[in-house]
This record gives sequence, C-alpha cells and structure tokens, in this order.
Amino acid sequence: MIADTLAWLADPAHWQGTDGIPTRLVEHVWISVAAVVVALAIALPLGAFIGHTGKGAGLAINVANIGRAIPSYAVLVIVLPISLRFNPDIGLDVIPTFTAMTVLAIPPVLVNAYAGIREVDRDLVESARGMGMREREILTGVELPIALPVVVGGIRTAAVQVVATATLGAVVAYGGLGRYLIDGIARNELDRLFAGVVLVAGLALLVEGAFALLQRRLTSPGLRESGPRPFRRVAELPRGASEIAGR
Amino acid sequence: MTDDRPLIDWTWIVEHLDDIWFRTGQHLSLALISVVAGFAISFALALLVLRDRRAYGPITGAAGVLYTIPSLALFAALIPITGLSTLTAVIPLTLYTLLILVRNIVAGFDAVPAEVREAADAMGMTRLARLRRIELPLAIPLIVAGLRLATVSTIGLVMVVTLIGNNFGGLGLFIKEGIQAFFATKVYVGALLSVGLAVLADVVLVRVERGLTPWARARAERAVG
Repeated sequence: MIADTLAWLADPAHWQGTDGIPTRLVEHVWISVAAVVVALAIALPLGAFIGHTGKGAGLAINVANIGRAIPSYAVLVIVLPISLRFNPDIGLDVIPTFTAMTVLAIPPVLVNAYAGIREVDRDLVESARGMGMREREILTGVELPIALPVVVGGIRTAAVQVVATATLGAVVAYGGLGRYLIDGIARNELDRLFAGVVLVAGLALLVEGAFALLQRRLTSPGLRESGPRPFRRVAELPRGASEIAGR
Repeated sequence: MTDDRPLIDWTWIVEHLDDIWFRTGQHLSLALISVVAGFAISFALALLVLRDRRAYGPITGAAGVLYTIPSLALFAALIPITGLSTLTAVIPLTLYTLLILVRNIVAGFDAVPAEVREAADAMGMTRLARLRRIELPLAIPLIVAGLRLATVSTIGLVMVVTLIGNNFGGLGLFIKEGIQAFFATKVYVGALLSVGLAVLADVVLVRVERGLTPWARARAERAVG
C-alpha cells in the first residue's frame, strides 16, 4: 500500500499536465489564499472594531456561532445552483468553492480578532487614553500588538481549515488536490487516493506548522517572558471556540 | 439544476417526507454515536491529564495532528481497512472530536478555583466525591462548550461521509443524488436540513447547559457584555 502510493507519487507522469501534482497544488493553494484573504478583509476590521468599541459583540458571537454550524459542503451545494444560473463558466466550480471557503474562514478570524482585542487589559487601554493617545493609536499601538498572537491564531485556524476543506471543491468539478481523492474513489485507484491523502494532509500540516512558527515570532517579548499566567489558557480558548464544522 | 425547474420543488418534498425523515434520523444517529464515543474517550484522556500533567502535550499533540488531516482523506484512508462499514464513518468522526473535547474538559477542570477545591478537601471529601460533586459541576460550562463544537462539526462532517459510499445514507445522500441528477430541490433539502440539524443541536446543548448550571447564568450574562 505504502509502496504503491510512493510509486504513484514518484511517477514523473503525475508531475505534469493539467492533472499533474504542480497544477493541482497551484489550484488548491490559489483558491485557499483567495478565500482567506477575502475573509481577512471582511473579518479583521470588523473584529477589531467590535473588540475596541465593544459594540455589536453579541451579534458577532451569534453570527460566528451560526457560521460555525454551517457545513462547508452545504454552502458549496447551496451556492452551486444559483451561481450556475448566474455564470455557467465559473459558476460550476470556482464560485461555489471560493464562497464556501470564505464562509468557513470568516468565523475564526472574526472571533479571535474580537476576543484578542477584548482581552487586552482595560487598565492598559485606559492609561493609553490618559496619555492622550487617539482611539486609532490605541487600537494600532496598544491593543493590536498585544492581541496579535490571538489574532494570528484565528488566521491559523482559518487557513488550516480552508486548506483541508478545499478538497471538497473537487466534488463540484473544481480542481485542487481533492481531485485525487474523488477520482481515486471513483476509479477505485487506491494509489491515487492515498497520494491525494498524503498531499492534502502534508499541505495542511505545513500550513499549521508555518503559522505556529509565525505566532511565536509575533508574540511580543514582554508577553512571552511574563511566565505562566493563570488566564493564558482562557486566552487560547477562542482558537478552540472557533474550530468549525464541515471541513 | 436546469433552468426550467424551480429551485425548490415542493411536490417532491411532500411526496418524499418518509425518506427525508429516515435519512435525517440516520444522519443524527451517526453524529450522536461519534460524539458519545468521542466524549467517553476524551473524558478518560482528560482524567489522565488531570492525574499527570505531562500527558497533556502528547495527547493534544496527537489529537491535533489527527484533526489536521482532511476528513475526506481520513474516510478514504480507512476504506481498505474497515471497508464500507459504519466503522469507516464512525472512527474518523470520533477521532475529530477528541482535540476539541480533551482541550475543553481539561480547561473546564482547570477553571475550578483552587480555593473551592481546598474547601472541598477541608470538608473531608474524598477525591472522587470532590470530582463528582464539586469539580464536575463547575467544569460544565467549558465541557458543554466543547460538546457544542464537537456536535456541530460532526453533523457537518457526516455529510462528507456520503461521498465515500451511498450506504451510509444521511442527508449527504440527498445532496449527492441531487448533484448527479441536476435536481436542485434534493440538494437544498439535504443542505438546509443539515444546517438546521446543527443549529438545533447547538440550541439544545445550550439549554442543557443552562439547566445544569442555574447559578452560572448571571455570571455568563455579565461576561458576554
């Protein structure tokens, strides 16, 4: 089994053409990056605003909770019939996959941006205000740097989930690495199937590892050296709290 | 999904209510079995961690690696081993709940204030009595938070199971058949019911938590604001 999979992966024929690993990898990464970037553009400013002002927190939590309950597969197929009527060219593959991945990525980014900024010590914010800092300066100069590890934690969850879930795009005719899984099952080719498993899992672990590293780098040294604080674990909760349905 | 048919064909729905009901039940039971099994395993693992902290890193690390593997890939990987049996569906679904549940159960017990624990000891409670009557009730909010996540995500994942084999049924089968036949109504029945099921499960668990922790309501309302 393992030997077959390795042989499949090593076969030069599988490294070229429209069904080759490089093409599928690019498709997979492209749609993932696009979805995460759009999700960031929507959720980061919103989360930062809610965290800073405290306005609309209940709404944000509810939206994130509902978003979490919607399986990606459901989003994919709900969008499909509509986008197909709207644009037959990309309505069958790109639009449903992209929409589902964006919907998947928004809640963890939103919840962590909100929670990260909300958790910043209010005394700190008050003293920044007392020093005469403007609201915008407080957000970018005090709250964001302190909240950064939690915020990046949300992006990490979103990115890993999107990379893992983008495989579902293959169900609706999109390419990506999921192609090998779907085709492997359909054609009963176990080596193709397992090569797909290895590639997707490997990519997801790579993204997870890269973000873990980034998160450590971005933690302000002042926070890193303060030792085990009793509420550290609670600060990690938003990551857990945003782990989502229907990958 | 051709243009001449409406997106939702109500006659089809009315004629197939039995089928819809049956598959919804299938869907729910697969999710339920997995979450219950996952909770049992996670609770045991969490107790292990509470006895010996050094176990936390390896356990959550291993569960984290499992969690990162895409569901479609894990289901597919099990086919040569367990065939197209229920186990092929339940094993990955159960494994996916572990990370969320272990983390939340441990965090729940950790959130019990040390003074409360000491007071229980001072009252002469045995370790088991302290766990059952003091720590467990206080840990419930975080444990239920974990259960909500696990349940909701499992209900979503059951949809993916259908891609592996038709005999698992569930609401995913409507979607699969709907796509194959270009029949939007089937797709929507499967997709919307699964969303509804997930939201409903979430609401039920919130109610359960409120029922189990009447004292926490006032505190929770303050914390949200």
